[in-house]
Amino acid sequence: MIRDITLGQYYPGESIVHRLDPRIKIIATIAYIVALFIADSFIGIATAAAAVFFAIAVSRVPISFLLRGLKPIFFIIIFTFVLNLFMGSGEVLVTLFWGLKITKNGLTTAVFMAVRLILLIMGSSLLTLTTKPISLTDGIESLLRPLKIFKVPAHELAMMMTIALRFIPTLLEETDKIMKAQQARGADFESGNIFHRAKSLIPILVPLFISAFRIAQELAMAMEARCYHGGDNRTRMNGMKLAGRDFAMLVLLLLFLGIIIGERYFL
Amino acid sequence: MGIIVKNITHIYSEGLPHESVALDDVSFTIEDGQFVGIIGHTGSGKSTLLQHLNGLLKPKSGSIVIGGVDITSPDCRLRDIRKKIGLVFQYPEYQLFEETVEKDVAFGPRNLGLSEEDIALRVREALALVGLPYEEIKEKSPFELSGGQKRRVAIAGVVAMKPEVLILDEPTAGLDPKAHKDILAMAEKIHMHEHNITVLVSHNMADIARLCDKVLVMDKGKLVFSGSPQQVFSDEKRLTEIGLSLPPVAEFMHRLHDKKKSIRPDILEIEAACDEICRFLGEKG
Ligand SMILES: Nc1ncnc2c1ncn2[C@@H]1O[C@H](COP(=O)(O)OP(=O)(O)OP(=O)(O)O)[C@@H](O)[C@H]1O
Ligand SMILES: [Mg+2]
Repeated sequence: MIRDITLGQYYPGESIVHRLDPRIKIIATIAYIVALFIADSFIGIATAAAAVFFAIAVSRVPISFLLRGLKPIFFIIIFTFVLNLFMGSGEVLVTLFWGLKITKNGLTTAVFMAVRLILLIMGSSLLTLTTKPISLTDGIESLLRPLKIFKVPAHELAMMMTIALRFIPTLLEETDKIMKAQQARGADFESGNIFHRAKSLIPILVPLFISAFRIAQELAMAMEARCYHGGDNRTRMNGMKLAGRDFAMLVLLLLFLGIIIGERYFL
Repeated sequence: MGIIVKNITHIYSEGLPHESVALDDVSFTIEDGQFVGIIGHTGSGKSTLLQHLNGLLKPKSGSIVIGGVDITSPDCRLRDIRKKIGLVFQYPEYQLFEETVEKDVAFGPRNLGLSEEDIALRVREALALVGLPYEEIKEKSPFELSGGQKRRVAIAGVVAMKPEVLILDEPTAGLDPKAHKDILAMAEKIHMHEHNITVLVSHNMADIARLCDKVLVMDKGKLVFSGSPQQVFSDEKRLTEIGLSLPPVAEFMHRLHDKKKSIRPDILEIEAACDEICRFLGEKG
């Protein structure tokens, strides 16, 4: 059902991947995504795939869990694959109807692009699956802090993200409840033409927005009641400190980037 | 239009690390025209059970037969079932969405495909039944009403569909005594008039004892007990163990019985209790 969406979901565990410092994990994920687009040969992509599967194995998150995260973007992958397939130029492999041609370089780009997207989703899902939302936003805040000199409101951004993440499940639950309540009153979300269906969303959206505003207001009041007043001089309960495993991870990351860059520019 | 529930089990988030068994092998039957109460501690699976009765949730195993139709079979038209079974959710006021009260109450009947005249008639009837003045309230926005009034409008929205089975999930939670009384009186009145099946979930044991023909007791997803209010409320120890209590009158009679054995403890109503106490006093002279 609606609750099975894995985006931003945390998979509890005790593995070394779970225990890595969130800042290191965020940096590694960003570096990984950049690397995916630097790599443009079989070896490069294969190295990237090996890296993410290694990390998944170490994290002990079931692979089925990660695959489930791919479901929503399945169509995007297919779409980019097909698009790339027919966009290439050069040596022609097959000619289809309407002058559509599959070229050799179109095929390679299409396959690489699809694999890149899949790895990208898996890599970033692994980050959210092994990092509690709170540590994730703590990490982001800490990484953004140097930007304070440019007046980037790091704490406020992080707080907004924490709240958004925290309330995704609540709003999904609320949607589920409202949908059921309207179905019990005979509402029909499945049949009819597109206008009919768009209209049938009103009984869900109106109560949902009202709930969202109510929740926001209650939260704001609860925060004020506990004297929240922004980020200055706030300390945290669990300070972040880099440990040996974090440095080991950095070394691995540099090694990985070295292979990708070396393979692209020097081989 | 009897309801036969056989061995249903429901598991939320099955296969995930946080799965929870909300219903565990629950079976019971409800006969035509019965007023049934469901009691149980919070999280015992009452709301989950109710959502099975109109096909909003599907059991993992087991079957539910309503009026001869198996609603768990894949080719059953659930929309038809939902027209016959009116479910009023816990805190139904959060489902209101229309610009006016009249339109909101009309949403259900309109989905039934009734004519405009019939719809208008039903809206009027339903609002009267839940104790709201039709003329005064029909043009108001549901969002400018008080919490209790919203609740009444939401209940009217289901009542207006004239369901053959009316299910109320804690309809009086958080209401003042008058609204509480009105809403239960409404359920009773509809039940008398239409001879429908009414299912009431409540944490108020006195209401359950007074209104119901049959009581189902839930504990941690299991149906642990069912029977007439007299039977269910005779076993004080067992009820306390699962976090429930006796209706105040019954508790009072039990305490009296502890002190004076000749007083009968199995009395649920104030009137009968008065009679019993008078009898006891008369006996003593
Ligand atoms: N949508 C859901 N997803 C996952 N778990 C759920 C969901 N709804 C309920 N549960 C769990 O199922 C169990 C039964 O919940 P249910 O709402 O049926 O209890 P209840 O008897 O109605 O309680 P209350 O008296 O508080 O209304 C609880 O442990 C609850 O945490
Ligand atoms: Mg409930």
